[in-house]
Parts: sequence; C-alpha cells; structure tokens
Amino acid sequence: MPNKFLFIILLAISIQSQAQAKETAADNYKAYCVQCHGMEGNGKGVNIRDMSVQPRDHTDAKSMSGRSDETLFKVIKEGGSSISKSVLMPPWAGTLSDEEIKDLVQHLRMMCKCKFGT
Amino acid sequence: MKRYFLVLLLAVSGNSLADGMLQRDCASCHNITGPVAQTLKKAFAKKGPDLSYAGNKYRQEWLVSWLQKPTRIRPAGMYYGDHIKPGAKSDEIDPATLKDHIAISNADAAAVAAELMKLKPHDDLIAKEKIEPGSIDKQMGEMNFDKFWGCMACHLIEPEYGGMSGPELYTVAKRLQPEFIASFIRNPQAWEPKTWMPNKGASSGSIQKFVQYFEVLGKESANAK
Repeated sequence: MPNKFLFIILLAISIQSQAQAKETAADNYKAYCVQCHGMEGNGKGVNIRDMSVQPRDHTDAKSMSGRSDETLFKVIKEGGSSISKSVLMPPWAGTLSDEEIKDLVQHLRMMCKCKFGT
Repeated sequence: MKRYFLVLLLAVSGNSLADGMLQRDCASCHNITGPVAQTLKKAFAKKGPDLSYAGNKYRQEWLVSWLQKPTRIRPAGMYYGDHIKPGAKSDEIDPATLKDHIAISNADAAAVAAELMKLKPHDDLIAKEKIEPGSIDKQMGEMNFDKFWGCMACHLIEPEYGGMSGPELYTVAKRLQPEFIASFIRNPQAWEPKTWMPNKGASSGSIQKFVQYFEVLGKESANAK
C-alpha cells in the first residue's frame, strides 16, 4: 500500500517537472525568434540591419502558406541551410525539444493565419 | 608573530569584505550562487550575466579594469526583448530602458574580481578545451564568422557592424578565457540551458578559428583606441 502512494507521488513529481521543462510556444518565440523575426513577427527584428538576407515575415500568409509544417519543423530544428536557405537562421535542436518545435510551428500558423497550400 | 597575525587577519577580513560586497551589491542583479536559469521565466528576469561560473569565464585583469570603468557589452541589454521598440525600418533599441553598471574603486574591483575568480563550478567543461596556438587572417576569420556560420546575425564584430541581441565580440578576447569561449560555442546550453545562443554544431577546427579571429579583433580594437 505505501508503495502505491510512493508511486503516485513520484509520478506526480515527474509530471510536474516535465511540465516545467517544456516552455510555451509564445515564450520560446519571445526568447529565440523575436531577435531576428521582430516583436511583431514581421521579419523586422533588432538584428536585421546588416543582414545580407532578411528574415521571413511570419505574418505574411502568402509566403508562409508556401511552406509545409514539416519544412517549418525542419528549418527550426536544423537551420536555414537544411532547406537551402540562409545560415543566418540557426539550428535550434540544441535549445528546443521536438515537442516545443511542433508547438512553435502551430504558433507560426496562428501568426500567419494560414495553412500549407492555402 | 603578532605582525603575521595582523596580516592574516587583514587578508581574511579583506576577502570577507569582498564576499560581502558580492552578496550585498552584486547579487541584486547577478546570480552569484547558482544554479543558472533553468526556465525562460528566470532567464527573462535576469538583470545581468550569471556570475556563478565567473571564475571559469572571465579574465581577472579585465574584470578589475572593467569594474572601475564599465562599458556596455550587450547593446540591447540582458534580455533584449525588454529593451527594444518597433522602429521605422526595424525594431530598435530603446536606450531609455538601459541602465549603466556601477563603477567601483580600484581596491574594491581587485577584491571583487579575486572573489569572482573563485567561482569555478565547471572546471570539467573547461578541461575539455585545448586552445591551439596560431593565428588567422582577419578576412578569413570574418568570412568564417559571418558567411559560413552566420554569427554576425546576433553579434557586433565592430561597433557599427553586426547584430544587437548578443554580446559584442570585438572585445571578447580581452574579456573571456579562450577555453570558455570555445566551450560556450561548442555547447552553450551546457552553461546556460535557456541562452539565446544556439548550438550551431561547430567543429573543433571552426571553434579554433573563432577564438583566433576574436584575438585579431581584440588587437584591432585595442589599436583603434
């Protein structure tokens, strides 16, 4: 009987620590994306002045609908060069979990108010 | 005998005074004791760099000099999001939101720097790095940094060129130990799990080139003064 209680307590602690470890897409966007893609997600971040290639405007439904969710996942995880785009977009695999990247892709869909191919 | 005792007492009290200053004055903006920020909420709230691994990171002589005459290292502050506003062409730094670091006396700076250098929780990470002697042509270094790896997106390599969200790098060789620079580039998250700096998967060879390039930049910025 005490073993069962211990198990439940351990399970609860583990669920809680997992919940703390995963950040929201909004916070991840604020931390890692805004520096280049801008406070408004329009590609006009504080870093862009000297860039040879400008960051994507995440509010542009036309260009964002040209990218599948899989491509967006890949470019966030592995960086711009993984889809033959600029190295200025870094890989975030060392920072974000796959689950967080999936959430970010959905966050981008919310920002562009678009889906792939629409 | 009494004289030795007095010297010892002064040395001990000097250390504890510096330690007191760290805890009292520095700890209001810096994390001195660790652990480093494990969540974005804590990372967003940071007012200054984490100093809990200062002894693994900084060059002592630079700390002593900088603490007496601080200059801005992160153009957009600690969390850049708190110091930017929408501008005509792009988001801009809002200087009104940035605070200058306090300056302290030579004696205090020396004592604080000595205390900070004792904070070395990551000797293990530092021991993994070996800095090879060598130099790099400035143009080659810049090409590696800007074009091949795209690091200029976030870092200034001269006062008027590069990105703003990261620390400037034209004085980084003077500020930081080369092994720390190498280790942080190799795995930024091993030091700061929530840092804005991505792990770009740079090879050991590229990391050596970065360190050599920063040396070149440092010498150039010193000559410019």
